[in-house]
Amino acid sequence: MGFCSAIGKKATKRARAIGDALAFTGEATIAAFATFLTPHKFRLKDCALAFERAAAGGLSIAIGIGFLLGLILAFQSAAALKMFGVEIYVADLLAIGLFRELGPIITAILLAGRSGGAFAAEIGTMKVDEEIDALRTMGLDPVRFLVMPRVLAAICAMPILTIFCELSGLLGGALILRIMGVPPAAYWEHVVSSSGMFAIVFGLAKSCLFGLLVGLVGCGAGMNTKSTADGVGVATTSAVVGGIIAVAIADGLLAVFCYSWGL
Amino acid sequence: MGNPEAIIELENVTAGYPDAKILENVTFKINRGEIFILLGGSGCGKSTLMKHMIGLNPILSGKLKICSLEWNAKNRQRLCRKIGVMYQSGALFGSMDCLGNVMLPLEEFTSLKKRERVEKAMQLLGDVGLADAANKLPNEISGGMKKRVAIARALALEPEVIFLDEPSAGLDPITANALDDLILRLRKERGTTFVVVTHELESIKKIADRAAMFDKSRRAMIALGQPKELAESSKDPFVKSFFTRGQTNV
Ligand SMILES: Nc1ncnc2c1ncn2[C@@H]1O[C@H](COP(=O)(O)OP(=O)(O)OP(=O)(O)O)[C@@H](O)[C@H]1O
Ligand SMILES: [Mg+2]
Repeated sequence: MGFCSAIGKKATKRARAIGDALAFTGEATIAAFATFLTPHKFRLKDCALAFERAAAGGLSIAIGIGFLLGLILAFQSAAALKMFGVEIYVADLLAIGLFRELGPIITAILLAGRSGGAFAAEIGTMKVDEEIDALRTMGLDPVRFLVMPRVLAAICAMPILTIFCELSGLLGGALILRIMGVPPAAYWEHVVSSSGMFAIVFGLAKSCLFGLLVGLVGCGAGMNTKSTADGVGVATTSAVVGGIIAVAIADGLLAVFCYSWGL
Repeated sequence: MGNPEAIIELENVTAGYPDAKILENVTFKINRGEIFILLGGSGCGKSTLMKHMIGLNPILSGKLKICSLEWNAKNRQRLCRKIGVMYQSGALFGSMDCLGNVMLPLEEFTSLKKRERVEKAMQLLGDVGLADAANKLPNEISGGMKKRVAIARALALEPEVIFLDEPSAGLDPITANALDDLILRLRKERGTTFVVVTHELESIKKIADRAAMFDKSRRAMIALGQPKELAESSKDPFVKSFFTRGQTNV
């Protein structure tokens, strides 16, 4: 009996969480339309602030991680390719890998950790302090007021961070190949020839989508914060974890689509 | 004037949360222009009841009307414009300074120009004695000051009903008294209705028209009437001891 009721409790909790998530997605969609119809009511200032925090604040870490990623990838693959005397192809590997996959997804994980968590903590604290209630009783839609600016900020910040992450990754690769004796000019030539316009644009579009997901999951976790002692902590954790999972699932689905459409 | 006009009506309301009934069978009316006090020990459900009245949480059963309207999606915007709320914690927006907090409703719901909004907000802050804290952030001011800013914000749109959850808790007697004067003045000038949660016997004596008292253990409203009557002639031992601060043989 205890076992069954435990399962039942878990199941209802899960079901309620899914219901919350669906309700939030609906509210966010409505709020997006409302924002679209009355753009003068959009909180541009809040959006700019969130953008500054996400983009400017995340820039150094995106560059740092990207550089290290390029360094490590180049180093590992160069060791293998050197056996065939074609270490120059590290450039192709880096360019294709970074622009299409690694750049957007690594940056999205960074954004989920930095900004997704921050969104959840900010909105969660507001929820616990009754600020969200105060907005509601003023007749202001909290989703429109708090979520829209942050989500838009995340969407705008992602491609910028991604570009910096990718470029610094290429730089890291260049450094390793330079040490191995490959001339930089040859390296860049390979980078340019292997990275098509489509791969770059597709990668950036993907990064915008990831920004949307991270922003929505982070804000959603904040809006569903419970007013317990660990409420905000739980919300932040689920924002980060949920954001990363959402990005991973979306990336997997996109990969399947691309494969079946031959892109 | 014959019958006074009821602005808030509760009929057999069960107050609480989906998994907990807090108060049952609550029935009373609040008239337009009245200053109505919600009384009771800590945790008896005053804030809970207030959250039902301001449309944050749905009541579990019964009927609740404000200005003859029930809280539902259709009436929501209309009702929100009729009420102003000061939460127990103040609930100021941490990212805006005090002036910004008071200006927010003006920004969203009036067509006033920026200069007029600032002027109006400064006047409201002056009313609660905080004109010099206009440019401070909420985390830079004291608890009592936060509450006063929250009151100024609740007053901004000149609503018909103002809900105050423990406005004078944490205020010194002089400021608390000034706040009572402000409430009385607004009622006189604009006919505003006030629903106030407070424990301050002095303040109740000064401003209250009527009061309702709730009890946690009985989960019910146990008294309703003018505070003076309640204090002098109630037979209920709990009500009595409340007005005599627990000293039963006074
Ligand atoms: N979200 C909630 N879910 C379930 N029960 C709650 C919730 N919030 C409060 N309660 C319970 O409701 C009861 C009434 O709480 P409420 O905040 O209304 O008391 P109060 O009369 O305002 O007290 P105080 O004077 O201390 O502010 C308490 O026993 C509390 O435990
Ligand atoms: Mg309370």
